[in-house]
Amino acid sequence: MHISINPWVWLGVFFTFSVLSFLYKDNPFYKLAEHVTVGVSIGYGMVIIWHNALIPRFYMPVFQEGKLILIIPAILGLMMILRIVPKYSWLSRYAICFSVGGGAGLAIPRSMQASVLRQLEATMLDLGFTTTQGINNIVIFVGVLAVLIYFFFSKEHKGVFGGIAKLGIWFLMVGFGATFGYTVMARLSLFIGRVLFVLQDFLGINLAG
Amino acid sequence: MLWKKQIPLAITFIMGLILGIQYFVPSSTSDWVFDEYRTWGIIIGLFGSVLAYISFYRAHGMRIKKKAPAWPFSVVAIAMSLAMAFVGFAFGREENTVFMNMYTYILVPIEGTMFSLLAFYISSAAYRAFRARSAQATALLVAAVIVMLGRVPLGEQISFWHKLWPALPTFTDIANWILNVPNMAAKRGMGLGIGLGIMMLSLKIVLGIERSYMGSGE
Repeated sequence: MHISINPWVWLGVFFTFSVLSFLYKDNPFYKLAEHVTVGVSIGYGMVIIWHNALIPRFYMPVFQEGKLILIIPAILGLMMILRIVPKYSWLSRYAICFSVGGGAGLAIPRSMQASVLRQLEATMLDLGFTTTQGINNIVIFVGVLAVLIYFFFSKEHKGVFGGIAKLGIWFLMVGFGATFGYTVMARLSLFIGRVLFVLQDFLGINLAG
Repeated sequence: MLWKKQIPLAITFIMGLILGIQYFVPSSTSDWVFDEYRTWGIIIGLFGSVLAYISFYRAHGMRIKKKAPAWPFSVVAIAMSLAMAFVGFAFGREENTVFMNMYTYILVPIEGTMFSLLAFYISSAAYRAFRARSAQATALLVAAVIVMLGRVPLGEQISFWHKLWPALPTFTDIANWILNVPNMAAKRGMGLGIGLGIMMLSLKIVLGIERSYMGSGE
């Protein structure tokens, strides 16, 4: 065991335990870690936005390539900042409407393509009882139909319709359970990552043997 | 009214129409419209992030000024943001710089541990919520347990029946089947509903029926 002499590793371990201390109860160490995260994230964001967006997307095109049309979105952006001035906050609507309107226009065909047509296409596969894939395709087809019927509230869930809707609940329950299990394991692997950091990077324990 | 409401709504409508149509008209002009919209959006977003920074400093500044409870932590938040920005601009952001070390040894451990905390909380929440009160709740519980077991080597090792009769699936096989078949069906059913919902909401925004994004007031 060789305890690290790297002050950065010590800092990492200190913040790891500060956050874990929340499992006991809310305390100043957790609050410190929380506020440090917010501060560091803001500072990180500033630097990244400056280098990855402001310089290549605005400064260079406008001041070096002479693409003056980009001054229009800059003006819209400045109007957005006016949101903090109550008298002129309505001017921010121009920028918001530009972004939201365009985004909504893009979303209509793209959502139809990606979330509806592609998904329907992927559901309507070869159905059959002779192969495992064919049986799985039947389960998926029936499941999608049942879930859709469950979410159709314009007709009362009674009789055959109600029965299919109930089947939809079964599929949803299995889906939620699977998602829950998957999320728990993903979070546990993050926890294992933190434990490994303390054991290997800080305490210098070689787990590989 | 014209400048504060009708012109912004007209901008929404025109932008929605242009960006909606460009998808169906594959041409170099359509590509140009899409690329320009994206670039303009990034530039507007840049100024939007400035607004976020102003809000951050204003909110924490007010807490310090009013000596609100736990105000020293606001000093920490402001100091850390300025320190991070300073080292990033002054010393660069290459490997082994102070900026990257602050990212690797402060931000990554805190965020990683915060996300891992959720494992403890959702597990304890599940203990209380996942009682097998009905057959459907039992299905949820069983699916969760199988997927959890199927994701770790232990699941493979305790699948003793697989050793007796290799044709039978292990926990890993069952977990994969649950994730790829019934879970996929449930997700796809929900996804279809969400997709149709996004389309309807977008249409309402473009047509000016949905206006909540504009905020309240004049």
